[in-house]
Amino acid sequence: MIKTILLAILVLGALGGLFGALLAVASKVFHVEVDPKQAEIRACLAGANCGGCGFPGCDGYAAAVAAGQAPPNKCVAGGEATAAKVAEIMGVSNDAADKMVAFVPCSGSTEMAELRFNYNGPEDCRAAMLFGGNSSKLCTFACIGLGNCAKACQFDAMHIIDGVARVDRLNCVGCGACVEACPKDIVKLIPEKQKIMPACGNREKGAAVMKICKVGCIGCMKCQRECPADAIVVKDNLAEVDVTKCVQCGHCADICPRHIISYFGPEYKNR
Amino acid sequence: MLAKIVEISLGAILINNFIFSQFLGCCPFLGCSNKVDTATGMGLAVVFVMGFASAICWVIDNYILVPLGLAFLETLAFILVIAALVQLVEMFLKKAVPSLYSALGIYLPLITTNCAVLGVVLLNVQNNYNFIESVVYGITGGLGFMLAIVLFATVRERTQFSDYPECFEGFPICLVSAALVALAFMGFSGMKIL
Repeated sequence: MIKTILLAILVLGALGGLFGALLAVASKVFHVEVDPKQAEIRACLAGANCGGCGFPGCDGYAAAVAAGQAPPNKCVAGGEATAAKVAEIMGVSNDAADKMVAFVPCSGSTEMAELRFNYNGPEDCRAAMLFGGNSSKLCTFACIGLGNCAKACQFDAMHIIDGVARVDRLNCVGCGACVEACPKDIVKLIPEKQKIMPACGNREKGAAVMKICKVGCIGCMKCQRECPADAIVVKDNLAEVDVTKCVQCGHCADICPRHIISYFGPEYKNR
Repeated sequence: MLAKIVEISLGAILINNFIFSQFLGCCPFLGCSNKVDTATGMGLAVVFVMGFASAICWVIDNYILVPLGLAFLETLAFILVIAALVQLVEMFLKKAVPSLYSALGIYLPLITTNCAVLGVVLLNVQNNYNFIESVVYGITGGLGFMLAIVLFATVRERTQFSDYPECFEGFPICLVSAALVALAFMGFSGMKIL
């Protein structure tokens, strides 16, 4: 009896010791040098694995920064504070990057844009695109409004309001998950400091737009004529803003006869 | 010999599938089947560990535990082997095949607690398999697990696009679809190969 107990203890103890020793040896043999900076940087990052930096997850970005292959300010979710901390760990200066925010160039809400058909299928833009015309709205440039972008957003910054995706610029970190998720490829990233953006993507002629949308850009050129900085140009029947020239005065938003130029002025926060 | 191996293989993959007919390894089956990619990763890791665990446990059981009359320690000793093995495999992969290591990610250490791995080594003992049969049973058992989890992941990916009552959101629909997939495997139950 006592012999069995002792034997059991001895055998299991020996096995355990053997495996322990093997693992200890293995950990030396298979040791992989990891830059200690990498762990420090990883701890600073936002940890949402959003992919906004362009690397596969936070670990991938931390490794790239530690290896000196990436600038310290790419973590869009962490923003300025994170960039400063990462720059400090790496001992480099932190050139603040322009913070980007998502923007949906469409104003075709349920009342404004004419429907191609009544869609009752799964809540998925991609599914709605399968029924012909690539959209449930007559305007093929329009936001379908079934919320693939809203589902992809991890920061509660994308919402479907009246059938169109709307960005909450206070929550948006510019990770670009919605840009990836949009099957129509209409969501884009714009610099946060850019306060003016025409919220329409339709490049058809004015008369055609008039028929299908109450608010779409008709290419009347009024904004182009009146812009004091020559920053807004109508190209292929659609107003486009040159962000390098725009002085953010908001004049175009005031005079647009279709009221589609979005103005994210100071009052945006008090909405 | 060959006939026996074919019998073991088909048995482990289809007829006595670890998940669908023995109910082993249900935790990773439900936890890691959100996407086909992660399911494949988990499946591969399990095949890997099950094969090695079968081989090492067979040696330990037949050359140490049984001769010393300590067969009652099998469960304990096998857990020790599996835990150490998973650690070793993790270290080895990190050094030798970093791409596979990052693809398997968190699933590798999770296999330590996968009861299908312990199940396979205990069943090896119960069925009196020899060394080759044990390894074949381990690997094909892992392949059966992989088949089940990948099939289920494809089903789950489809449920995301279907219209089910809101109260089924999340785990309920997952369990219902798991039951339906398991029913399909019931078609194999009781089949005899030879």
